[in-house]
Amino acid sequence: MSAIAFPVPDESILARRDEIIAGLSRLVAPEALITSADERRPYETDALTAYRRLPLAVVLPSTTQEVAAVLKFCSAQGVPVVPRGAGTSLAGGAIPQEDAVVIGVSKMNRILEIDYANRVAKVQAGVTNLAVTGEVMAEGFFYAPDPSSQLACSIGGNIGMNSGGAHCLKYGVTTNNVLGVTLVMLDGSIVEIGGAHLDSGGLDILGLIVGSEGQLGIVTEATVRILRSAEGARPVLFGFPTSEQAGEAVAAIIGAGIIPVAMEFMDKPAIEICEAFAHAGYPMDVEALLIIEVEGSDAEMDAQLARIVAIAREHGVKTVKESKSAMETAAIWKGRKSAFGATGRIADYICMDGTIPTGQLPHVLRRMDEIVKGYGLRVANVFHAGDGNLHPLILYNCNDPVEAQKAEDAGMDILKLCVEVGGCLTGEHGVGIEKRDLMTVQFNPEDLQQQMRVRAVFDGQWLLNPAKVFPLEGRVAA
Amino acid sequence: MIIHTPTTEAQACFVVKSVVASGIPLAIRGGGTRSGLGRPSQAASTLSSAGLTGITLYEPAEMVIGARAGTPLSLVQETLAERGQMLPFEPMDHRLLLGTEGEPTIGAVAAGNISGPRRINAGAARDSLIGIRLINGRGEAIKSGGRVMKNVTGLDLVKLVAGSFGTLGFLTEVVFRVLPKPERVVTLVWRGLPDEAAVALLSTALGSPFEPFAAAHLPAGIGARAFSSEVDTGSPATNAKRLREENASKQGAGAVERSNWIGNGSSEARTLLRLENFSASIDYRSAELAALLTAHGAPEMLEGADSEALWQDVRDAGFFAGTQEAVWRLSLAPTNGPRATAAIANVLPQARWFYDWGGGLVWLAVPDADDAGAAAIRAAIRPLGGHATLVRAPDAIRASVPVFEPLAEPLLRVTAGIKTSFDPAGIFEPGRMYAGI
Repeated sequence: MSAIAFPVPDESILARRDEIIAGLSRLVAPEALITSADERRPYETDALTAYRRLPLAVVLPSTTQEVAAVLKFCSAQGVPVVPRGAGTSLAGGAIPQEDAVVIGVSKMNRILEIDYANRVAKVQAGVTNLAVTGEVMAEGFFYAPDPSSQLACSIGGNIGMNSGGAHCLKYGVTTNNVLGVTLVMLDGSIVEIGGAHLDSGGLDILGLIVGSEGQLGIVTEATVRILRSAEGARPVLFGFPTSEQAGEAVAAIIGAGIIPVAMEFMDKPAIEICEAFAHAGYPMDVEALLIIEVEGSDAEMDAQLARIVAIAREHGVKTVKESKSAMETAAIWKGRKSAFGATGRIADYICMDGTIPTGQLPHVLRRMDEIVKGYGLRVANVFHAGDGNLHPLILYNCNDPVEAQKAEDAGMDILKLCVEVGGCLTGEHGVGIEKRDLMTVQFNPEDLQQQMRVRAVFDGQWLLNPAKVFPLEGRVAA
Repeated sequence: MIIHTPTTEAQACFVVKSVVASGIPLAIRGGGTRSGLGRPSQAASTLSSAGLTGITLYEPAEMVIGARAGTPLSLVQETLAERGQMLPFEPMDHRLLLGTEGEPTIGAVAAGNISGPRRINAGAARDSLIGIRLINGRGEAIKSGGRVMKNVTGLDLVKLVAGSFGTLGFLTEVVFRVLPKPERVVTLVWRGLPDEAAVALLSTALGSPFEPFAAAHLPAGIGARAFSSEVDTGSPATNAKRLREENASKQGAGAVERSNWIGNGSSEARTLLRLENFSASIDYRSAELAALLTAHGAPEMLEGADSEALWQDVRDAGFFAGTQEAVWRLSLAPTNGPRATAAIANVLPQARWFYDWGGGLVWLAVPDADDAGAAAIRAAIRPLGGHATLVRAPDAIRASVPVFEPLAEPLLRVTAGIKTSFDPAGIFEPGRMYAGI
């Protein structure tokens, strides 16, 4: 396969650049408009750094009204718009194009209201994921979705991609934790969807907006659920002689009616990489590691862990290591959450995000290994074992174009395998540009056309994040 | 009235294509137990899922079940129970409230986004629905989602279809995430609290680490058994009585008597918290909650059939079964629940209500005259931010009063656009949710 294609920039838009910038400058404060090449440079890519395009201009509005004015202007001018949260997308969801205006929400970073009695927080879209938890932690509350990039990634971006994390086995992903949004539509109208209440009647437009990758409008504010933290949480490391035994133990735990808050899997290459970085005390003499976290009072955690340990022993667990302190707990999670970063220290990598039915785990692990070895490359696996969301990290050298191509090809083969066994292309990272051209593997033309017709209800001009999610050919307009 | 009953997806596509050609709108029907929801049907013929039945997928270790849309809900629940699992969201049974007969289907649970008290902790039906197959208004079989619980591939049409009441298409198959059944369930009951204090209690409990799975408040006067009091004994009430007796007998001998004892405590308000967990955790957590909430008095503890019967009435709005009243469902921020009911009671003094979802779901019964209180109710909740949905009222009222909360102009436009994008000829349940859409 060849590199991911970008649409040819619209010459008529490029030719009107000065005019467009003049128009934008009348809508926002001078410091909110970025036009010089140097200052636009940080916005040319996201966490899919192999691809980059310098946008026409960048706007960083401070209010919903400014976002509305800019969208209305771009719509009237026929200029593509690329919404941007913190730019941490691994799927290229925020990568711009030369004829597009980037609208970043990073200046809209205020927490507007915390309501403990109703267990909701109202925040602007640029607030980081971890800042929400940070704001309510002293009262014993937290915001549940916890993507690995939570220190940097924004709530707006989380909503765009329906982000997950390690703890969604119990607490769900973004769509299960957002109750309302303020959405600016392409024509500049501002609509309130949902609020501080749970479900109401009518079509679930909120559910449609979450995960729509910035193609239906721009979310500027959100009301999210905050939950009371458990009395305590304890991660325990379980080392297994084989990946199969680890996989079987996961199935048996669930089969016994136990839903731990997290069940994370790492294979040997991933263990080595993460241990070298975080010094978390991961066992080094095992082929597979499960990090299983339980919650509750000390007695409750003891009881639950006793059951889990018994099941793990039935499946040949070699090492069981409990966190004995808050510091150890932090180190264990630091190792897991920095898996991508730690991998980046030893090699370039691409991270896949397919989901599979967990019963297919042994088969898929074996096949992935064969696929990657077939390209002469190495793979490290970290993933959310409870829900089958895989994150194989394919290691390569980005200075070697042949190897880079092989890594992309191996990744695509793995995603096709995920679909083949009954899973999907992406569990939590989103489609972006990265998996756009594989959408036809998972969906037939009728499925995709139905999605595109719904998309066209919001954006018949294909101006909102236009080169993402749907293959460039065969697009359906309003 | 023609009733189409396809037995395969291909047949369903064929029916839809032929109906598009004739232009005759279709009502979409599962077991018919919820056909009184929404605006009265405008359709001359019916497309039924009765011919599409059977479990298509069940992997207990993956916590996922799939079934054809017409599969009885009871079969799904029994299949899950055999392996100690359940649907997480405790779907409401509308037969009692609406006085309908028939067998609820799993497809209708998806199409109506039908949840119950557990919604507050474990999410709504829409949160557990992970995959659908649907015939759209072009007669195309399309899919969205799948069988894995983490899936962000493409637009989430699953959410759109959940709660669309057949207006976007005909579901042929649905896949739900499931959960293990808890080892033990208990209900803590506090008596005599006024609404505001009760909701404050529920908020404290829901904001505690002890994880209530359901939280309701029944004000004084709620809980008298409709069929045993002086209300109308026409057919809906008779159906309600029969269903209730059937349900009670399923729960074992003595359940009726004992639950009546609880029910007859209706002169006193009751505030309910339900805990679900391993047995030792229940002991620990109920004691902790009692200590935390000691300012509200000491709770009684209910378990087994008593607890089940009580929550079934909360889930099914059984307290309003068999009466002549119009019934509304208000969704609000929990602490706004008592504010809304106080404002409504000022204008509609005959109104009765109870709270689920920690105060955030108000079930409201009002006289079924004129607009069934629509103007007054919506005016009362507007400043609080929330939604009012008319659940039960005579056809004439549901035809003239917006059943769902009226939408702001851009959202109305989007709703109409989405409808057209699925169903360009407007053949599926026209006007079921909004007049003219």
